[in-house]
Amino acid sequence: MRPEVALPVIIPLLCGAVSLLFWRSRPMQRFIAVAGTLALLVVGLWLITSVSREGYVVIHMGSWQAPYGISLVADMLSAIMILLTGIIGLGLAIYSLASTSTQHEKFGFYPLMHLLLAGVAGAFLTGDIFNLYVWFEVMLVASFALLILGGEKAQMEGAIKYVTLNLLASVIFLTAIGLVYGMVGTLNMADIGQRLAEAENQGMVEVLAIMFMIAFGIKAAAFPLFFWLPASYHTPAVAVSALFAGLLTKVGVYSLFRVFTLMFDQTMPYVQDILLWGAAFTMVTGVLGAAAQYEFRRILSFHIVSQIGYMILGLALFTPLALAGGIFAVMHNIIVKTNLFLISGITNRLQGTYQLKKMGGLFKERPWLSVAFFLSAFSLAGIPPLSGFFAKFVIVRAGIEAEAYVVTAVALAVGLMTLYSMVKIWNEVFWKSLPEDNLVPESSTPSGDEGRLVKSSLGLMYLPVAILALFAVLIGVFAQPLMEMMLMAGEQLMDPQGYMDAVLGEERTVLLRDALEVSP
Amino acid sequence: MVKSGTIILNTAARLLMPLQLLFSVFLLLRGHDEPGGGFIAGLVAAGAFILYLFAFGVTATKEVLRMVDPRDLIGMGLLLGTLSILPAWFVGEPFFTAQWWEIPGIDFKASTPLIFDIGVYLAVLGTLLAVIMTLMEVDKDEP
Repeated sequence: MRPEVALPVIIPLLCGAVSLLFWRSRPMQRFIAVAGTLALLVVGLWLITSVSREGYVVIHMGSWQAPYGISLVADMLSAIMILLTGIIGLGLAIYSLASTSTQHEKFGFYPLMHLLLAGVAGAFLTGDIFNLYVWFEVMLVASFALLILGGEKAQMEGAIKYVTLNLLASVIFLTAIGLVYGMVGTLNMADIGQRLAEAENQGMVEVLAIMFMIAFGIKAAAFPLFFWLPASYHTPAVAVSALFAGLLTKVGVYSLFRVFTLMFDQTMPYVQDILLWGAAFTMVTGVLGAAAQYEFRRILSFHIVSQIGYMILGLALFTPLALAGGIFAVMHNIIVKTNLFLISGITNRLQGTYQLKKMGGLFKERPWLSVAFFLSAFSLAGIPPLSGFFAKFVIVRAGIEAEAYVVTAVALAVGLMTLYSMVKIWNEVFWKSLPEDNLVPESSTPSGDEGRLVKSSLGLMYLPVAILALFAVLIGVFAQPLMEMMLMAGEQLMDPQGYMDAVLGEERTVLLRDALEVSP
Repeated sequence: MVKSGTIILNTAARLLMPLQLLFSVFLLLRGHDEPGGGFIAGLVAAGAFILYLFAFGVTATKEVLRMVDPRDLIGMGLLLGTLSILPAWFVGEPFFTAQWWEIPGIDFKASTPLIFDIGVYLAVLGTLLAVIMTLMEVDKDEP
């Protein structure tokens, strides 16, 4: 009985239910938001210590043994993702105390946030492919409601693209699950992995691989089906965009990592080629799209797409080092990208707009905010010694070792282009003086009681920004021990047998292998 | 707003509502081994209130529900559903493992699946009532 594997899902579910029950009481909801995400973070730490000690931690829900019941499985990759979910969840809960309007709170912002976190945590932990689909849907429902919170026209437009593309992905995903079940008669991912390798009809296995790739590719916003992301992520309340930017697309990336190491080995040559070139195009289109934008959050949204390319590149190169680099990129990106969105929310609070042309002068006015932005932005661009540098360094090195020179060169060039976009934001928002036609909203410089209130709420917004910026530095400083964790995760992914043994039990694995060898 | 209907609808609604609610409880308790369960029972119960609502309108239905807001029902249902996961933890079994308790005297077995079913019942009832009432209120606002 290992409660720490299931608690990351149960805690947000419980908090969501309680917070819905207290829908009349705003203070209570806010308290539960912070306490619940703090508990999630603590469980995340507990889980990662267990996993680094034992390798795999498994719990069979309802005592139904695998492969018949639903198992929750944590390997190093899952544990890292859960810990990051806890960090981002807590940061956002604190931030949204100040940034979320009373009206949004009344419409159920906090219960939805808990539900979204439950969906994300469930997707990271489940060992069952259909259960993974269910968690995706939980996430989709919660994210759709969060996306249209407030009900402005731009939000609706973004939400329609978001929902349509995501539902399409869900349909493809579900169809693929049905076909897999028809082929091998099991839904447990470890069991599927064993049986697909032995399946007679390898042509069908390839088709399934492509279907899963398309479904998760859409969810992760990979080329060519990424356009729903920049169309929708800049429309909702800023805490919501930060939450989406940090966690949602990464669930798609995580699923790609999981499915293409556990269920499908990459012996099919063109699967790997598609991933490789998909990654390259994703990087380039994302960064080019960002170069043309002059809206703070739109630039950041396009950069999400571009960064997804790096992560998929790590998967496509398929060596332990490359996988470790890919996971490092996921970690770095979750922290830094969330922080950039949070900063965009503060600058919007200060200057009343997201349009770069209308902003300016913040370096003089808010030096510490500028430092936080500087650290996050240049970390995103991969400047040493910040976190992004090591992510990129490891992936590029793995790329050269794998002799994928063209894609590696693309990755390096994209880093340069990222720097261009970040410098653009830096120049426009922080460096140049405030254009005269911008009327700073009065709320930023009120006097008396209200002024103090705004000041203390700004403090709440600064706190997570400062901590996340510190993380961007610390990840760079402690790159070595972190890299060891990533390498452990990468090696676990390269050797799915360990995962299968942990889920199914070693005896059964051997029995099944013998049975399959005898039967044909 | 729906015209609070004909005499047939009004009489039928008043008579059917208690019957339907009783039937929903019957379905709920029967559910574990035989057809029934929380979801279908919740639908039947919601059907009872919705029929009443069609006959007498939103205000009258809210009076029937007294202080209970549909949102409370949803929250309570979700909470019960989640709580039913936990008892297994305290006896050291994986979450969700069904726990059965014999209640002496009456021949009735309480269990975590029953708590889960009651949670589903309340959540379904609450969701449907929230949706229908919102729609009816929008209808009322229009001329």
